[in-house]
Formats: sequence, C-alpha cells, structure tokens
Amino acid sequence: MKKTKFIAAIGGLSLLAISVFLISADHIDAPAVTGGGSGTTSDITDVYAFRAENPNNLVLVANVQGLLAPGTTDVSQFDENVLVEFNIDNAGDNNNDLVEDLVIQVIKRGDSMYFFGPTAPTQTGLSSTINVDAARSSVKISTRTDIQTSENNGMKFFAGPREDPFYFDFTQYNAILGGTEPGFRDPGVDTFAGTNVLSIVIEVPKAMLGDGVVGANPLLPTTPIYSVWVTSNRKQ
Amino acid sequence: MKTYKLRILFIALCASVLFVQCKDDDDNGNVINIATCTDGVMNGDETGVDCGGSCNSCNTNTDIDFTGTYAQEDQMGRPGINTVFGSSGMKDAFNTTIPSEIGAIFQQPFEDKLLALNAGYTTNLAGLDATTFTTVLSNDVLWVAQTGVTTYFNGTEVLTGRTLQDDVIDVSLILIFGGPNNTENPGLTSDNVDSNDATFSTTFPYLANAF
Repeated sequence: MKKTKFIAAIGGLSLLAISVFLISADHIDAPAVTGGGSGTTSDITDVYAFRAENPNNLVLVANVQGLLAPGTTDVSQFDENVLVEFNIDNAGDNNNDLVEDLVIQVIKRGDSMYFFGPTAPTQTGLSSTINVDAARSSVKISTRTDIQTSENNGMKFFAGPREDPFYFDFTQYNAILGGTEPGFRDPGVDTFAGTNVLSIVIEVPKAMLGDGVVGANPLLPTTPIYSVWVTSNRKQ
Repeated sequence: MKTYKLRILFIALCASVLFVQCKDDDDNGNVINIATCTDGVMNGDETGVDCGGSCNSCNTNTDIDFTGTYAQEDQMGRPGINTVFGSSGMKDAFNTTIPSEIGAIFQQPFEDKLLALNAGYTTNLAGLDATTFTTVLSNDVLWVAQTGVTTYFNGTEVLTGRTLQDDVIDVSLILIFGGPNNTENPGLTSDNVDSNDATFSTTFPYLANAF
C-alpha cells in the first residue's frame, strides 16, 4: 500500500478510528501453543472476516498450524481434540459487552469437519461444550489435491490446506528487534511465501448472525458492527 | 404437539357447548406456531431448518461423540496483538483471557511494550497517545460491518473487517513507528511486501490452493 495514499486518506478520519492496527504475526505465538507436542495443533495464525461474493453473506476464516512446507502439509491434520470456535458479539443483548452472543463450533471427526451453529453458546468464557442441539453441517476434509466443499442451510463449508494468505517480512522484523538490522529491506521478502496453513472457511448469511452493534466503530457511527474473535479449545 | 392437542380439546369443548366463544390461545398467550417446524425454512426460534428451539432437536445423528469440555488455549481477533505487544511470560495468559477482561489486565503492559518498541513514541498519525492507543488495542476483537464494504483499511473504509488482500502490516507499522506525521523512523514504516505471493479467488473458498 502506498504511503502517500494512506496519508491523504488519513487526513479526514477521526482519531479513534485508526488506532487498532497491529502487526500480524500471531503465526509465531505464545509458548503454550507453539512449544511442541500437542500445543501446535491449537495455534491460530490468522482470522479474516469479509463480505462474500454474494453481498448478503459474510466469509469467516480461521487458519491454524502455520508455516507448513508443501511436504509437511500432506501429513498435517486438524486435531480431533481441538474445538475451534468463532465468537460473535452482536446487538442481541443490547450491549457491546464483548461476550459472545453466537458461536459457530467446528471440530474434526474422522475424515470430516463438523460445524454447529450459528447458535447461542451453552456457556460463555474459557470453557466450552459442543451444542449438539444446534444445526449441524459437515464437509469432507480436503487434501492438497482433493478439494471438497459442502453447502447446507444457506451456508458453505471448507476445511483443509490452503496457501497461507498472510504476507510479511517477519524475518527482517525479528532482525530489527534483535538489533542486527537497522530497518526493513527494500524490496521486502515475504517470510510466508510458499507456505501453507490449515484453513477453516465458512460462508454464512448475515441474516443468521443477527444485527450488529451500531456505533461500535466510531468512524462509522451508523454502521452496525459485529465483533468477531476465534478461539481454539482443547478437550479436557 | 402439545399445543395442537390442546386446540383440539378446546374446539371439542366449545363444540359441545353451543354458542360459547372460545379463545384460541394457550401457554399463557405465548402461542407456539408449530407450522414453522415443517415449512422448510429456518424461522421462529429454530436453530436449524425446521429443528431446534421449539421444534424437534437438530441432532438426529447420535453415532458421533461430541461430548466433553474444551478449555481455551489460543485466541485471536485483530492481527498481531499478542505477538507484538506481548512479553515473554505474558503471552499464554493473554491467549486465555476473554476479550471483555483483556483491557483491565493488559493495557498497561501493552503500553510499556509500545514504549520499549519505540522509545520516542509520543503520538501517531491518528493523534493517539500511548495510553489511548494501547487501550483500544487491548479490546482485541475484529470489527466486521453488517452492511457495506469490509476491509481493515482501503484508503476510505476503516476497520470494517479484514480481507485476504488487506496490508495490515504497513498500517500497523506506520501507527507504531511513524510518529505524528508519519515522518519518523522511515526504515520501519513499511516492510515493502505489498501483496500475497499467490492470487486469491473471487469464489468460495476464496483462499488459494495449497502449494
């Protein structure tokens, strides 16, 4: 993105609006999720949320287990003991309280990925149980060459390896932090080029997510906003 | 089923006592319209098409075990919060703190880390001092617009989602290192990687095929 274009656009924007951008490097995360053993299978690398090809739908993406080389990809799998949850705070409780009003729960069983919801969670917070009473869908987990998708109840589902969409000269950033480089190189080198992740991609009608909270984003005071975050949860 | 039988009973009673007006309601006025359970549409309080809520359970397949309690291990809203602003010893705690409680615990450590990253930080292009900036950062959820364009930043829209193409890195670097007019630390305000190596699709599942 060109710096000059950014500056020109910034001029008219309110202060609070631009405050939250952050360097996207959850790919290399905390010790408990990258420290080897079973920790890596719960590591979330990125979350995306955007309007679908059909503007009445949203696309929700959660990527896990990053920096997979092509060869490693073939032996990488989703973990049946790890529940991935998409959390959505909407206007349902009349309060932008950052407590989930809806969840979509995703977990592997056998050769398929199962999806529950969107549904009100049976409990909120750090502990989760799968709401088996909610609408359930499934899709066969894809491989690098066998691409599977499914549709149900107006939603679309995919689970499997994808080229990692994230791009960043993370190597150079670490060198700067370590004091061995004074700044970024030009051109930069994308540390994540040529690598894969395991992706969960869901397309969901906005009508199934309720209404967003008007004013949650101060730059767009009349736009209803969903607050979205993803968690990974290990079976106890 | 229960309400249907009650209606039958009412009608029968009414019919047996001629000229009596019968109310067609039950459940203290909270009428359950069971017609929605068989109309092929997810409506009413259903959680799936014609199931859940007041209708029969959606889970008709009981041969797969989905029981158990699952404890949170990792969490993500906006890109990069924990990796950049966390410190060793703190990152695991951040991943297991729910968003509504993050601010109270992590705003100050995030502010300390911001100043460690950029000792000369005063304000940024958005005019935010360190405390204000990190207060908003520690509200770690991704805002997604219900209507209109979704993007992290495209020159016009700000914080209405995150697309696959959004260069979240450059915007972040500018706000952390650029100073009030984006003239400070010129070697740190762009990583000079402007796009992904592979091309995305315009159709589901949008992400590119694996290498």
